[in-house]
Amino acid sequence: MIQIDKLCKRYGESTVVDDVSMVIEPRTMTTIVGTSGSGKSTLLRMINRLVEPTSGRVLLDGNDTTAEPAYLLRRRIGYAIQGLGLFPHRTVADNIATVPRLLGWSAERVSARVTELLELFQLDPGLYAAKYPHELSGGQQQRVGVARALAAKPNVLLMDEPFGALDPIIRTKAQDDLLGIQRRFGTTIILVTHDIDEAFRLGDRVAVMSQGRLLQHDRPAALLTQPADPFVAQLTGSGDKSLKLLSLTTAGEVADQGIVTGPNVSWSMSLRNVLAELVWCGAAAATVVGPDGDPIGHVTLASILARGRQAR
Amino acid sequence: MQRIDRLGVLLSFSGALALTLLPLVVFKANRIVPGEPRALLDLVPTAALALYFTLAVAAAVAVFIQSPRIRLLTALIGIAALAIAVASAADILTPAGNRVVRVAPGAGFWIVLIALGLLATDALTRLRPGPVLRVATLVVFLAATLAALGSGFFDDLSIMREYAVNATRFAHEAQRHLLLALGSLGAAVIVALPLGVLCHRQPRLRNAVLGVLNVVQTIPSIALFGILMAPLAAMALAFPALAALGLSGIGAAPAAIALFLYSLLPIVGNTVVGLGRVSPAAVDAARGMGLTAGQILRQIELPLALPTILTGIRIVLVQNIGLVTIAALIGGGGFGAFVFQGIGQTAIDLVLLGAIPTVVLAFSASVVLDALTDLTRRVPR
Ligand SMILES: Nc1ncnc2c1ncn2[C@@H]1O[C@H](COP(=O)(O)OP(=O)(O)OP(=O)(O)O)[C@@H](O)[C@H]1O
Ligand SMILES: [Mg+2]
Repeated sequence: MIQIDKLCKRYGESTVVDDVSMVIEPRTMTTIVGTSGSGKSTLLRMINRLVEPTSGRVLLDGNDTTAEPAYLLRRRIGYAIQGLGLFPHRTVADNIATVPRLLGWSAERVSARVTELLELFQLDPGLYAAKYPHELSGGQQQRVGVARALAAKPNVLLMDEPFGALDPIIRTKAQDDLLGIQRRFGTTIILVTHDIDEAFRLGDRVAVMSQGRLLQHDRPAALLTQPADPFVAQLTGSGDKSLKLLSLTTAGEVADQGIVTGPNVSWSMSLRNVLAELVWCGAAAATVVGPDGDPIGHVTLASILARGRQAR
Repeated sequence: MQRIDRLGVLLSFSGALALTLLPLVVFKANRIVPGEPRALLDLVPTAALALYFTLAVAAAVAVFIQSPRIRLLTALIGIAALAIAVASAADILTPAGNRVVRVAPGAGFWIVLIALGLLATDALTRLRPGPVLRVATLVVFLAATLAALGSGFFDDLSIMREYAVNATRFAHEAQRHLLLALGSLGAAVIVALPLGVLCHRQPRLRNAVLGVLNVVQTIPSIALFGILMAPLAAMALAFPALAALGLSGIGAAPAAIALFLYSLLPIVGNTVVGLGRVSPAAVDAARGMGLTAGQILRQIELPLALPTILTGIRIVLVQNIGLVTIAALIGGGGFGAFVFQGIGQTAIDLVLLGAIPTVVLAFSASVVLDALTDLTRRVPR
C-alpha cells in the first residue's frame, strides 16, 4: 500500500503539487491524468524521491520512504518514462539487467531473468538480447523499457507517459500487455498520462489533477457519474459520457442467462464495442461466449442502453 | 565509357610537371653547400627507366582505374620504385669511404612522393577500413619503412648520413620528444577530465573556466614560453630544492608547463560537450533505477561522452607533438633540436632529420586515436 500524505512541492513562489493526499491499494493500477503542467510527473517523482517534497510524506507499506537512502529505495521501485531512457551504449540484455546487477544478483540469475522477460514481451532472446536500442523499433524499445523496469520484480512500478510516443495500434497492444502483466504479477502500478481514454482504460482508479491539486481520485465510473469538480466533468467529456461508461464494463460481467439468436461476442469485449457490433449487424441481442469459446449467456440492446443511461 | 578520375588527373599532372622541371637527386660536395641537380637517367639507367615506367603506369591507373585496391597497390609500388632509384643514384654518386659528399633527394622526389602518398591515402580512405585494420596498416607500413631503412640500402642518402652521425642523440631526442608530448598530455587529462565534469555540472564555472582557457589558447607558443621563463627562473632561485629537481627558466620545465596549459582547453571543452550530449532521459532513468551519482558518471555519462573526449585528446596529442618542436628553442629538447640546429647551420638534411619523424609521429598518433574513438563509438550519431 502507498500512502501519500499532504504532499507539497514548491519551486520558489509557485506551488507545483499542492497538498495531495491519496491511498493506493496494493495490486491495483492507478492512473494520474491532467493537463500539461498540472504536476503529475512531480507527484510521481516524489514517490521514489527523484523529487524531494517540500512538505508531507510518502509511506510505502507503512514505512516512511525517507527512512533509507534514496538510491536504495529506487532499486525496489520500478521506473519507466516516456522516451524510455534506454542506455544507448548497452545491449538490450544489459539494459534489462541494470537493477538486478545493482542488487548483486548472480550472473546466472540475471541472465535467466533477462531471458524470461524478453520472452514475456515477445522479443526472441536469441535475436534481441545482443542488439543495441537504436536497432529496435519504437514499440520494441518501449517493451524493453518496461521489461527493464520490471527486472528486479518490484512490487511497485511508476510509469510516466510510457506509451506517449507510440502509434495508436501499438499503443493499444502495449496497454493490453501492461494489463496482462499487472494481473499476472499483482504489481502496484501508478501511471501518469494526459490521455483520458488511456487513464480510463487502464486505471482501477483514476486521479485527476489540475494546477497541482488532486481534484478526484476514484473508480472510473464514479468520475463519470459523480464528478467532484466541473473540471473533472469537462475532462471526462460531456458528449460521449455514456459510451465511456459502457467501455468500462465487459459483456461477461453483465451477461444474462440463456442463448439468443444474434452475433457472438467475446466475454472480454466492452459493452461499447458490443453496442457497435449490434448496430452494425442490425441485431437486438448478442450471445456472449467465454474464454473457451462456449456460450455463457447473452446481452440485449435494451440492457446496454439502460446501463449507458446512468451517466446522466 | 571510361570515367576519368579528377584527383588522378591532378596528381599525375603535378607529378609529370615535377619530373620534367625539378631534379630527383641533387649532389652536394658537402652538407652545407647548395646542391646541383643530377640526371637520374645518366646515373642509374635501369633503375631510372623502371621508375619512369612504374610512374607512367601509376599515372594511368590514377586517371582511369576506379578500383581502390589497384590504386593503392600501384601507389605503393611507385613509392618503392622512387626510393630504390634515388638510393641507387646515391650509391653510384658517393665515392667509397667518402664521408663528406652528400646526395639528397631533390624537389622532384618530394613532389612525386607527396603525389603518390596522396594517391595511396585517397585509395585507403575509399576502402573504408575498420579501426583495427587502419592501425594494423599503419603498423605494417611503419615496420616496412624501418626495415627498409635498417637494411643499409639507403645509407648513402643524405638524411641517413645525418642520422648515422647523430644516431645516439636521435634516440635521446626521440625519447625527450615523446616524454614531453605524452607527459604533458597525461598531466592535462588528469586535471582536465575532472574539471570538465565539474564544468558540466556548474554552468557558471563552465563559462569562467572555458573563458580563461580560451585566452591561454590564443597566446602564441613562443610568447608563452617567454612568459613562463621569468617566474620559473625566479622560483628555481628561491627554492634550491626545486632547482635540484631540474626546474629552471629554460629547458624542459617551461616547455612541459606550456604544453600542459595548451592541452587543457580541448580536453575540458570536449568533456563538457560530450557530457552535454548524453540523453537527459537516460540519466533520469538511471537515477530512477537507483544508480548513485558516481555510478551514473562512470557507467552512463563518461562512456557515452568518451568518443568526444577522445577526439579532444587526439587534437591535444597531435598539437603537442608539433609544439614540442618549438620547445627546442628554449632548450626543451626533442626533434626540434635538429630542426633549429639545421637551420642555424643551413644544413637542410639536419632539418629534415628533425621534421620528418615529427610528421610521422603526429600522423601515427592521429591514426591510432581516431581508431580508438571509433572503437568506443557504439552508438551512431
Ligand atoms: N525543477 C523545476 N523547477 C521549477 N519548476 C518546475 C521544475 N519541475 C517542474 N516544474 C514546474 O512544475 C509544473 C508541473 O510540472 P510537471 O512536470 O509535474 O507537470 P506534468 O503534469 O507532468 O506536465 P506534462 O503533462 O507536460 O508532463 C510545471 O509548471 C513545471 O514548469
Ligand atoms: Mg510530465
